[in-house]
Amino acid sequence: MTTVISVPPSLDEQTFEQVLEQIAPIPDGQKILVDARHVRWASPYGLTGLLCLAQSRSERMAFAVPEAPETCSYWSRTAFFRHADELFDLHGTVPRARDTHGSDVLLEITPIVQSDDVHGVVGRIQQKAAEILHGQLGLDTAITGAFGMTLSEACQNIVEHAGQGGWVAVQTYNYQRRLGRRVVVIAVCDAGIGFRRSLESAPNHRRSDRWGDAMALDEAVMRAVSRFRHGDAGRGQGLAGIRRFIGRWKAKLSVRSGTARIALVPEWDDDVPMTEALAPFPGAQVQITIPEHIGEPTPRASSAVPRPRSRTGGPGGAR
Amino acid sequence: MMAHPTHHIDVSSVLRGTVCDLYSNLVTRPTGAAVRTAIEQQVAEIGAPAVTTIDFSQVMLLDFSCADEIVAKLLLRYAHPDGPDGYVLFRGIHEGHLDPVEAVLERHALALVAWYDGHAELFGAVTDEERLVWEYVRDAGPVNNAEMAQALGLPLSDVDVLVHQLCGRRVLMRQATRVLIPGSTPGRH
Repeated sequence: MTTVISVPPSLDEQTFEQVLEQIAPIPDGQKILVDARHVRWASPYGLTGLLCLAQSRSERMAFAVPEAPETCSYWSRTAFFRHADELFDLHGTVPRARDTHGSDVLLEITPIVQSDDVHGVVGRIQQKAAEILHGQLGLDTAITGAFGMTLSEACQNIVEHAGQGGWVAVQTYNYQRRLGRRVVVIAVCDAGIGFRRSLESAPNHRRSDRWGDAMALDEAVMRAVSRFRHGDAGRGQGLAGIRRFIGRWKAKLSVRSGTARIALVPEWDDDVPMTEALAPFPGAQVQITIPEHIGEPTPRASSAVPRPRSRTGGPGGAR
Repeated sequence: MMAHPTHHIDVSSVLRGTVCDLYSNLVTRPTGAAVRTAIEQQVAEIGAPAVTTIDFSQVMLLDFSCADEIVAKLLLRYAHPDGPDGYVLFRGIHEGHLDPVEAVLERHALALVAWYDGHAELFGAVTDEERLVWEYVRDAGPVNNAEMAQALGLPLSDVDVLVHQLCGRRVLMRQATRVLIPGSTPGRH
């Protein structure tokens, strides 16, 4: 028997949960058809999430592609079908892949398996990121480098922690429903071991009664805890750096892993900081949303180098 | 004391020579570790205690992992009591590098000297008194501790301690009875 999983017409970070809720009770190895025929729109999170969905099951799933030609065309431009073809049995008409030049696909769906892939992604996106972030979204030019750093660190989490490859995609679109302005969205998703198991592998890890996916996310995202911190105090700075980026550019970060999801929520959003008891899903799914800047120029951390200052807070401050 | 020999290392050349000649960004931890190892080998080959300038001018992007592997771990090695003699300075650190560099300095309680067109700046985890002393040395050095104590209105014993700390962190350099900023011209005062 084949179980049909219906993909919502608008597939984003929130509605992807509906997919996971449907698939979670199905025993691994059972035949599944992922029905995306009625999908009209998908975010990079939704598309990379679907690829992770395929990686999370031992049985190769069938996948009915969207019926709307413009949806199919867009998914093709994101390179979704190129990767999905290797993971699903595709059913329906799949258009030929086209060049993403000039489209709102800032970075097509790209596999991240090793460090070289991170170099490739960061190198490829820089010019276009500057054009969109500064030229179209009105953000200070300083964001371009910070954006590259953030992208690099988010992708490195896959290489260093997932235990298997994952996916990254970057897209710009008009976030009308929530914000009424354009955004750039980075999605970095994998179906690997997830934050909880990663932290449990640290030699000094101690479980508490509260230990679980939510606590693991809290430790990694909010307190920069890394399984490599034991013996290397410099580890764990990647997510801390992403957090600083989020704060400076009024962006939003959400990280889902296992059965929990943590979010750093800016003023323009009403998401909840922590959600627990979600449908279980392996790996980690990260989304970073950077909104268009409207109004006064974005405040900069400083105007120019050099900018020396004390980081200790005053005379006699401890180092 | 003899002036230390100076040694200039272009990080971007090291990156292309040791990791991949197509890379122009310092990203990922393995890349940072490979670049640092190559820098350490170059410094070791010089042999004598040296003032080594690490030049980031041609580096477009530096992420937190590379900043930690290159900047922090080099400085940690030099700041260690058993670390090599000599000094590590930086140049070409631009606005885009500062966030990751300052983050790793703070994380490890480190400080560094960066040069900009003949002008030195101090970055990292330093107290206000340490910065006061360091900036006085930069502006008036080479100076001795007594001169500095008098000019800054601080007890000599405090200045002795601060100078000792800053020399231990390799952001000040002793020259006989005086101190100066590493990389500055000895005896210009």
